[in-house]
Amino acid sequence: MGAITFDISLAFYFFAMLFAVLDLSKSTKTFPKLMLISAFIGFGFQTVYIFYEGFSLGHVPFVNPHEATSFFAWCIFLLFFILEYRYKVGLLGAFITPMAFLLMFVSFLLPSELKPLSPVLRSQWLGVHTVFAFLANAAFAMAAGVGFMYLVQEHYVKSKRLGGLFSRLPSLHVLDEINYRLVTVGFPLFTVAIISGSIWADNAWGSYISWDPRQIWALVTWLIFGIVLHARLQRGWRGKRAAALSILGFLTIIGAFAGLALLQKGQHVFL
Amino acid sequence: MKVLVAGLNHKSADVEVREKLAFTGEKLEQGLGALLALPHVREAMIISTCNRVEIYMGVEDPGEATRQVKHFISDFHSIPEGLLDKALYFHTDSAAVRHIFRVASSLDSMVVGEPQILGQVKESFHLALDKKATGVLMNKLMKKAISVAKRVRTETGVAENAVSISFAAVELARKIFNDLVDKSVLLLGAGEMAELAARHLMNNGVKEIVVANRTLERGCELAQDFKGRAVPFSSFKEEMVHSDIVLCSTGAPNYVVFKQDLHNIMKERKQRPVFLIDISVPRNIDPKINGLENVYLYDVDDLQGVVDSNRHERNKEAQKAEDIIGSEVEVFERWVASLQSIPTVVALRQRAQGISEAELERLFNRLSLDEKQQGAVRQMAQAIVNKLIHSPTAALKEDVEDRDQLIAMIRKLYDLNGD
Repeated sequence: MGAITFDISLAFYFFAMLFAVLDLSKSTKTFPKLMLISAFIGFGFQTVYIFYEGFSLGHVPFVNPHEATSFFAWCIFLLFFILEYRYKVGLLGAFITPMAFLLMFVSFLLPSELKPLSPVLRSQWLGVHTVFAFLANAAFAMAAGVGFMYLVQEHYVKSKRLGGLFSRLPSLHVLDEINYRLVTVGFPLFTVAIISGSIWADNAWGSYISWDPRQIWALVTWLIFGIVLHARLQRGWRGKRAAALSILGFLTIIGAFAGLALLQKGQHVFL
Repeated sequence: MKVLVAGLNHKSADVEVREKLAFTGEKLEQGLGALLALPHVREAMIISTCNRVEIYMGVEDPGEATRQVKHFISDFHSIPEGLLDKALYFHTDSAAVRHIFRVASSLDSMVVGEPQILGQVKESFHLALDKKATGVLMNKLMKKAISVAKRVRTETGVAENAVSISFAAVELARKIFNDLVDKSVLLLGAGEMAELAARHLMNNGVKEIVVANRTLERGCELAQDFKGRAVPFSSFKEEMVHSDIVLCSTGAPNYVVFKQDLHNIMKERKQRPVFLIDISVPRNIDPKINGLENVYLYDVDDLQGVVDSNRHERNKEAQKAEDIIGSEVEVFERWVASLQSIPTVVALRQRAQGISEAELERLFNRLSLDEKQQGAVRQMAQAIVNKLIHSPTAALKEDVEDRDQLIAMIRKLYDLNGD
């Protein structure tokens, strides 16, 4: 049952992406609706999948790369629904659903069997650390997506060629605002993830930090988004710079994810 | 009954003529009353805005009604008929229907796609409705015009593209700031176009308008007009720190605002975005400024470019709108035509019913039938009537080309013309 619910949600996410891309090519009222409905159904099935896995394992179900990327996509869709509800941003789906679908597809390709979790890692900190880390990463992913939308729209306004998606993309102000909100939400979540992770590490191995590559990358990411926030508040780094920096931050996350998952080294063997 | 429209708009008449013929306030009500008193006019409605004065009517004889209405307009506004000839246009039947559909859809507006006209049509219709000046024909026509306008708005992009420079400026400002309510506008110099654009921004709800003009007096006048404030021209750089939108038209022969100035200003603004519109020719703002972050500079040519591309887009959309209107006019014409046969259908039924009633009465007088028997005979007579008039009625309601001929024939065959 687990695998089937995953496959169904993958299929619906695919449809959501398809409708989102069709929405780009032609403005109608139907495509955004179909996109949201498909995404919602996919989300429902994935939620069932995650709970099912969780119950059968007896711990949080994101401890191998397959589950982790799947949960990452789930968090992105969760935030996507919240943003759609809160801001009703035109074309947001076209920039977010491909990213989330890609994660789901990677997850689909990765082996789903589980190595038994070593007893040192069995702790309630596992849940806290991973849930916060993924919610934060999802917020950063969205910030990057919205940042990309900002760069596209800003290009239209600066170059004075107002064709294409100009009239359908939201205003620069709204895109900048959402990008800022997402970073301000993501940053504290990420901070909690790092703190809970080091407490967990202390419990398991007796030291808060062991300088393994994953931990270093996490600190680098934390620093980048710290700079995004600080520079905005102190020096007015808004708009283009904020958008570009949040894309850079997200690429760091993805790079760390991909690189370390492939290397399978260090204490974050499962990620 | 036929649809007739008599009117003038921004294309057919200058504002001096339009304002003389406007039906404002009480005149509108009086006008409606006087129109309905004309022998050929059955229904009437008046649309009177700053760009058009139009009288829509349901009339029996369009030729005669046209003559009467012209006379009425000249009488009512005390203008010799000769002066009206150039300004007035008349449309009947499908041309009239097409006209009101185009007006309501804002295809006939000065700024095509502007949204106010639909509201004005609705308002005029409701007023005529209140005064009981409309009937079956006008009610259906106006309701249809409103629904066609809504269809055009949702199915085409006619309303989406701004086609004047001030419109384009506001549209751009919205794409930068989203909401203009908390934005300040600085008017640098007091050129006519800048004034127009500022007025447009004010209508879109900006927080305040500050005027910096070389002659403070003129600046004060303008500021009063905008309920804003005037500052000396020399202090415009300090003012720009608080201004989100700058409209520039000083008439100076060279640059007034340089890149370094704005660089400093942006620092003080903590990089909050600025939208600069340089309407002056020659330009007053160094175009290099557009290279600064969070600064968006548009000169007249840039805005004209936006307008042109919008116009191109809009023309494509307008064609779509005309197609929609064409098919809707056909539907409406069919309904009007079916309306024509209604009196004949009614007369036919009355005639048959009358014969049947008379014959039944004679029969009941001769025979003494009890109530049950009478009922049965009555039922039989009714069935014969129904079956006999069924096919001519159906033929009348059918959508045929020579409906007039058919109506005449049926009236003759069933002797419906005598009173």
